[in-house]
Amino acid sequence: MNAIEVCKVSKSFGGTPVLQDISVRFEEGKIYGLLGRNGAGKSTLLNLINNRLFPDSGQILIDGQRAAENDAAQGKIYFMSEKTLYPRDMKIKHVFRWSKDFYGGFDDAYAQHLIQAFGLDVNKKVSQLSTGYSSIYKLITALCVPVPYVFLDEPVLGLDATHRDLFYKLLMETYVERPRTIILSTHLIEEIANLLEHVVILNHGMVCRDQTCEELLQSGYMVTGKASEIDAFIQGKEVLGMDAIGGLKTAYLLGERPQGLEDAFEVAPLTLQKLFVKLTSE
Amino acid sequence: MQLNHESEVPIYVQIAQQIEDAIFMGAFEEEQQIPSTTEISMQLKINPATVRKGINRLVEEDMVYKKRGLGMFVRQGARKRIQEKRQKEFYQNYILPLISEAKKLDLSPQELREWMERGYEE
Repeated sequence: MNAIEVCKVSKSFGGTPVLQDISVRFEEGKIYGLLGRNGAGKSTLLNLINNRLFPDSGQILIDGQRAAENDAAQGKIYFMSEKTLYPRDMKIKHVFRWSKDFYGGFDDAYAQHLIQAFGLDVNKKVSQLSTGYSSIYKLITALCVPVPYVFLDEPVLGLDATHRDLFYKLLMETYVERPRTIILSTHLIEEIANLLEHVVILNHGMVCRDQTCEELLQSGYMVTGKASEIDAFIQGKEVLGMDAIGGLKTAYLLGERPQGLEDAFEVAPLTLQKLFVKLTSE
Repeated sequence: MQLNHESEVPIYVQIAQQIEDAIFMGAFEEEQQIPSTTEISMQLKINPATVRKGINRLVEEDMVYKKRGLGMFVRQGARKRIQEKRQKEFYQNYILPLISEAKKLDLSPQELREWMERGYEE
């Protein structure tokens, strides 16, 4: 099966380790969430795969080929990030035309549809766009080039709520029509939770979770009740974290939920956001 | 369709339930097409794999079926079977939780019976 494989990769900057011996696999046709706090190593990982940085050790393969210094392999990836690599005075319509040449194709009809939906002025220059529209023209490029791997690093930066909603809908539409691997890296976890099939959580440069979204959400639960009773209940259990309001306590627990727990306490499933916060807070 | 993201019920089950609801209420009629995976996935902003899992649940229960190249259609008689299924599940889903809450509140079976009758009359 085609995939991006990251094998035992380490990277440090000026002696500070950013990624430590990480291995992870991004399979063909799935939507991944790459989550982590600031500085967890998300962007570094994407930059390494995209050959914008070199690993200190380890190896990265794209569909079985080396990722480093390999144009054929890199041509399979579109990497959208905050960083603008296009010339500042290039018009947006020329960005699209250039992308067509570079990636060997561009879905012009779909791009037109997206340009209208977002109200993007393609006669503006790269430097004239607001943060939001700067994200938008890159997103349009990302969705219209014929690559099997799309990395979206903070894709909705500067987008208002209406445009974010529109983007998530369009992403689902184009994904169903032409499945490809999409790696979403964002801090707006709640908004993307249901878009994801698989989640990779990085923490302090290491892989902290790597499983399907469904498995991850079923790996624990939340239980609320009288503080003294909760304290007794959690004995011997794997506790991710606790919240307390007055005499009421909520515990975030890992593991199987005991039968009949609902009779004694308020029980609720974990959400991706809550799980993430508890897993990655100090 | 509306999903409850904080709910105990997994998203794919919620999708199956909502389609089932729509069939039961006649919004999707028998032998009529239900919305496509793309439509549902787009409208609700959820992964198509989750949508497919929900629809497959209905296929397993034979509430909907696939017409090759066309999409998913509501099975003849589905509405009647949903009603029967829900009647069977009524005790488990509504009566047991009702009694559990009544016990916590120290309400007698007699009081519950009276309220039940009053509710039917109103």
